[in-house]
Amino acid sequence: MSATVARMQDAPHPRARGLARRRATSYVMVALTCVAASLAIVPLVAILGYLIRQGAGALSLDFFTSMPRPVGEAGGGMANAIVGTLILIGIASAVGLPVGIGAGLYLAERGGTRLANLVRFLADVLNGLPSIVMGIFAWEFLVRPIGHFSALAGGAAIGAMMIPLVTRTTEEMVRTVPQSLREAALALGFPRWRTSLQIVLRTAMGGIVTGVLVAVARVAGETAPLLFTAFGNQFFSTKLTQPIAALPLQLFVYAISPYDEWHAQAWAGALVLIALVLVISVMSRFVVRSKHGRAND
Amino acid sequence: MQTPTLPATVTTPEPRTPPALAAPLAGSPAPPARVSIEGTVVADRVYRAAILGFALCVPILLLLIFVEVGIAGWPALRQFGFGFLTSSTWDPVAGQFGAAPAIAGTVITSIIALVIATPLALGGAIFLSDFAPSWVRQPLAFLIDLLAAVPSVVYGLWGVFFLLPLLREDVMPFLRDTLHLGATPFFRGPAYGPSVLAAGLILSIMVLPYIAAVSREVLMAVPRSQREAALALGATRWETITGAVIPFARSGIIGGVILGLGRALGETMAVTMVIGNRHELSASLFAPGYTMASLIANEFSEATSDVHLSALMAVGFVLLLITLVVNAVARWLVWQTGGSRS
Amino acid sequence: MTEAIVRSASPAEDAPRAREQPAAPAMQTRALHAYFGATHAVRDVSLEFPANEVTAIIGPSGCGKSTLLRCLNRMHETIPLARVEGGVLFQSQNIYSPDVDPIALRRHVGMVFQRPTPFPTMSIRDNVAAGLRVQPGERLDRRQVDAIVERALVQAALWDEVKDRLKSSATGISGGQQQRLCIARALATAPQVLLLDEPTASLDPLSTQKVEELVYELRKSMTVIIVTHNMQQAARVSDRTVFMLSGEMVETASTRVMFTTPSDARTEAYITGRFG
Repeated sequence: MSATVARMQDAPHPRARGLARRRATSYVMVALTCVAASLAIVPLVAILGYLIRQGAGALSLDFFTSMPRPVGEAGGGMANAIVGTLILIGIASAVGLPVGIGAGLYLAERGGTRLANLVRFLADVLNGLPSIVMGIFAWEFLVRPIGHFSALAGGAAIGAMMIPLVTRTTEEMVRTVPQSLREAALALGFPRWRTSLQIVLRTAMGGIVTGVLVAVARVAGETAPLLFTAFGNQFFSTKLTQPIAALPLQLFVYAISPYDEWHAQAWAGALVLIALVLVISVMSRFVVRSKHGRAND
Repeated sequence: MQTPTLPATVTTPEPRTPPALAAPLAGSPAPPARVSIEGTVVADRVYRAAILGFALCVPILLLLIFVEVGIAGWPALRQFGFGFLTSSTWDPVAGQFGAAPAIAGTVITSIIALVIATPLALGGAIFLSDFAPSWVRQPLAFLIDLLAAVPSVVYGLWGVFFLLPLLREDVMPFLRDTLHLGATPFFRGPAYGPSVLAAGLILSIMVLPYIAAVSREVLMAVPRSQREAALALGATRWETITGAVIPFARSGIIGGVILGLGRALGETMAVTMVIGNRHELSASLFAPGYTMASLIANEFSEATSDVHLSALMAVGFVLLLITLVVNAVARWLVWQTGGSRS
Repeated sequence: MTEAIVRSASPAEDAPRAREQPAAPAMQTRALHAYFGATHAVRDVSLEFPANEVTAIIGPSGCGKSTLLRCLNRMHETIPLARVEGGVLFQSQNIYSPDVDPIALRRHVGMVFQRPTPFPTMSIRDNVAAGLRVQPGERLDRRQVDAIVERALVQAALWDEVKDRLKSSATGISGGQQQRLCIARALATAPQVLLLDEPTASLDPLSTQKVEELVYELRKSMTVIIVTHNMQQAARVSDRTVFMLSGEMVETASTRVMFTTPSDARTEAYITGRFG
């Protein structure tokens, strides 16, 4: 018997030859995926680093408060563009929030019907629409008939882009409100509409606000829809029916210009823009996580 | 203990006494009658109509976009016919418009973007879903997703001042001379920086987070049991991925790639800042070119004639159609695997 | 065993009330059927719920007791594909007749659910006052509302524990307190009938005891109908008991009689623990 055992121990495992190679392949591939993941964030680090290096120099309080200087003069700021972006965000919210929250409520409450599925699908499709197409649509629909560019047209264009994001967030957040809360309200004598608005929507509001902020962050950086609608304005203007400056638009104009001073301004502006966007993105992650934590109690 | 007195049963409206005045004992009864039955029913109906109305804004908006852009582009399409898509003559002065270079540029830059981004995104997603230790997973996924939050114009800025010089001075000479790729038709010609290659590179960075996010989601949605079954059969970790996990998530991953394609097709600002903006149909990646989106962005403000404008609108319409179809296919594929829409 | 249950029963049974005239029932069902789509959950139940008494509905899981309860305040129909046939009389009016507004009804027939459901974005005070906000009639001023809130919290035996933090969030109190908060919330609208659907199922024994005590007190001012899967609780707290099985009402009697000499064999089997 021991001879048999010895023979068995001596004989190579049937798959031993291939196994070493397969194991090696596996290690190599795992390492490669790690490399891939690391490479994926290199651009982010590179861009952020470059922005900070180039933009920090030109950034000062002046940047936020003063107007652009004529070509050749250093310094100045983008006050008109910053204010313009804020105004555009306001108009966009006025357009995008009611539609988005209303549609989100509809999808959460009547979710399974065919119409609801269609709306949800189309909202996703709308989300993927190129922003330049949104821009020329807004031009055709809101600028051409009126005859001139306006902040309203620009705000409406980016407001339309907010709709799918707000809809999706609202639907998801409203769905997290437990049915028992709805029932408790109904049993108290709340009519359905008040249950939806005063109890359910209010409970979901924290998450919805976060989602709205994320949508705002995304839309604040959009340039293409504004090219032919808000158009930009070298002066300080807050009139809604006139062209208006916007931060991303200004960045674009400065970046493709031949003037070094304007390039420096563009860097500073880009730093401000990306800081805004990133801060909101980071905040939203933390808020969502803590909300989910609480919901699990 | 007093017995409660019951009211006469009359369907009268509720008395307007606040409940506070009702004694805690023997509640002052009011028959639950026709009180504002009109009120609440009407209010409920208004609410339902309102949210339905808002929801319908979405399909209506989409339809409106389709119709408006289509109608605006129709004159050009009718005038040039199918040649609009195949001719490469774009001459506003002569009134001749052919969008072939722009269409070709769109396709080529998107392909470059996908070729570069997909392996990286998929590799990264696999790493995050299966191999990464848990403390690394969240932050790394977050950072990759953050790439999607960077505005297009900021990518463009970085592209103009960092990437283009890098290409012009280091990468392009390296490809052309050191690797001798200059002998091929793809890397020929003057290399000033703004090029189809530059656009493709920037697009790949912009598209990567979308492919990565969707892939990660569908990979994580593959049930544990699939992986365990493969491991139990003696597969290595990598073989588990290729043999059990990826086949299961395949349509979702393809959906993610197509989603990335949809994004690449429509990107405007970063592309227009680095592609050179020339109606050129060249095989060389070093040559400047156009994409449909950057063409519109570049020429729209200066469109001289009605035909010119209509031609640009027609280009927009073609872009709209293509992205519509591509996104719809992507969504459907991702839906299939049960991954939620990202 | 049934004797032991009865002996530990609350004083409800030990001090028989000297009521000569039988009071009209607060609620009554007549040939009530309830459906979930095709499922027949409540079959032909005709019952009376005497006024100012606590009636317990007992029975094994799935016997339809919760469904029956939810028919009494027209909550059953809020579920899609739910249907009701037959009638429920409240103050001699069929609540299912078309000219009765279910929302108005629910202010007079309150309900407390199995799990505490305080409204998370509201303070304790606002939770209790929530039902008042949807009442018709002229608006109450702050002092009136505060008075009602205090009364309701006293009735729910919660006042002493929260009177110093009425403005704090309703989610910051314990489960047992939250359930009593929900009871206070239901009581604020001064309902004539209070429906309780397994109110102590998710509570610890101490909170359970507090709730049972307040149910006993509540009968002085309203009618209470309580669904419970805990027979001992039914024996402790109720004056009358209804036993249900597979959607049908098997037997109803005074609690003492039900637990000592049930007339139906199935009742006896359930009570003695042979199934359930």
